Amino acid sequence: MAAKTEVIKAKRARAIPARVDLLLVADMVEAKSRVLDVGCGDGTLLRLLAEEKGVDARGIELSQRGVNDCVAKGLSVIQGDADTDLADYPDNAFDYVILSQTLQATRQPRTVLEHMLRIGRHAIVSFPNFGHWRIRLQVAFGGRMPMTPNLSCSWYDTPNIHFCTIQDFVALVRVIDARIERGVALDRFGAPLAYSEPWIWNLFGEQGVFRLTRKR
Amino acid sequence: MQLVPVLSKAAGLREVDAPQSLVAHFGADTPLKMDAGVSLGPLTIAYQTYGELNAGKSNAILVCHALTGDQHVANQHPITGKPGWWHNMVGPNRPIDTNRYFVIAPNVVGGCMGTTGPASLNPATGRPYGLDLPIVTIKDMVFAQAMLIDRLGIDMLFCVAGGSMGGMQVLQWVASFPDRVFAAMPIATAARHSSQNIAFHEVGRQAVMADPDWRQGRYLEEGVIPTKGLAVARMAAHITYLSDGVLQSKFGRKLQDRSAPTFSFDADFQIENYLRQQGTSFVDRFDANSYLYVTRACDYFDLAADYGGSLAFAFKGAKTRFCVVSFNSDWLYPTQASRAIVHALNAGGASVSFVDIETDRGHDAFLLDTPEFIATSRGFLNAAAQARGIAPANNGAI
Repeated sequence: MAAKTEVIKAKRARAIPARVDLLLVADMVEAKSRVLDVGCGDGTLLRLLAEEKGVDARGIELSQRGVNDCVAKGLSVIQGDADTDLADYPDNAFDYVILSQTLQATRQPRTVLEHMLRIGRHAIVSFPNFGHWRIRLQVAFGGRMPMTPNLSCSWYDTPNIHFCTIQDFVALVRVIDARIERGVALDRFGAPLAYSEPWIWNLFGEQGVFRLTRKR
Repeated sequence: MQLVPVLSKAAGLREVDAPQSLVAHFGADTPLKMDAGVSLGPLTIAYQTYGELNAGKSNAILVCHALTGDQHVANQHPITGKPGWWHNMVGPNRPIDTNRYFVIAPNVVGGCMGTTGPASLNPATGRPYGLDLPIVTIKDMVFAQAMLIDRLGIDMLFCVAGGSMGGMQVLQWVASFPDRVFAAMPIATAARHSSQNIAFHEVGRQAVMADPDWRQGRYLEEGVIPTKGLAVARMAAHITYLSDGVLQSKFGRKLQDRSAPTFSFDADFQIENYLRQQGTSFVDRFDANSYLYVTRACDYFDLAADYGGSLAFAFKGAKTRFCVVSFNSDWLYPTQASRAIVHALNAGGASVSFVDIETDRGHDAFLLDTPEFIATSRGFLNAAAQARGIAPANNGAI
């Protein structure tokens, strides 16, 4: 089972170009705050936040290797998974709850997002945009499920079971009565798009990074 | 005096009065105030130490032993001659590195390796305590350990670590003395004994007490030892320490030194032979009444009950860093029991890491050389030691 988990993690990791999004995420976090990183991998972001911003950094990670790497870095990380373990955290325990490149791999993305906003004052989510023009073209003209350098798994062998477009995500935010505080779309190189028209993001953004908060 | 020949027959009981380890005596004027509402004094605590206490007294690790463990964590056992029970974890260059840390390992109250227990002489009667010893709880064990730590002049322990019943002591330490524990490692344990846990212990106790040689707990004075009952108790308990998978792969249905079943009640199967050996070797080193006391201590353990029913309150405000470890094939203290601890710690805002180690070795995995477990422990302790400002090991190069 560990081996399978490792494979899934490796595949998920391949979907992330150089993790430029981590720096963007870090930029959305206030110094000295309390942060929970869900799916924290080897703890790169948590360590960055702890060292650069003096953040009280906690994590949840599925893979044994990831947890061990984090523990060895002195990080407080729990072996667990977003779908089952967020429910056990008390309300308002954190300032920020981060979900980086994992939303599309959860069984219940809406529930996960709601828990994040319950546990933290803010939620920060980064995810691959399924509305990108290259993906649209592959489905429209290739007639097959899309595979890109960033999303390289076949449909029958992917941990990513809940893809969404940036517009889908924005709609979900509305449904769960949350508010977008900040949003960025990234191109294939991880650079923020210059234009901020929603349709441009949805067509040309390979990833979306959003910071949310509860409306009330 | 029939006592002497019996005690020498049971080699283990020699350790009761003259342990081959360090000993701390506490007079009747400084008794242990026990959960049962009585005071125990004088009190003796037998313990081992490894490594050197540093000048700042900041590098002490308290190792708490499991049900039938003792103070011989990392040295050859004086009775069995086997390596210490946690030699995989404690020693030079091990995760609990004796080149870097000062390790303190006491025998629990109610034990039979030199700390006051039911086989010790009751100064009031001049006879062994037997069942006159008050019922001992996990909290009593921990408060006795705190007396020892005070005696050693240590304000704050760098770490308290232990598995199984040792893990219960770790949890109790943080709940009772949050300011005295910098880091905590409760391993393969639970914050309370489940109904199933109590049930297995009761089977063991009834086996001991059903042995005609138990003599209402007065067997030492009558010159006998309830070896059969204690051996059966150990056999039943031993099954709970192993997983179905490991029993199947190690023994399966293999026959013992024979090619066909004998159509008798002989130990035809290897597993039967193995359990019988476990039972008979156990009675050489363990006191039957002590077994009753330590199993009872676990049964009474329910940390949340002392804190209004909420485990989170037990750890509220604790600054201790936790590393909680479970093993996925442990059905005695299953992963879920460790998760309950983790949830409570999170609810209290404590700093906690948690790993569920994948292994087929069952509950016993915490005693064995389980690589992922060793790696996790090493990583956690190194990071914590750095945060505590403990100098790295000099590896003996002075």
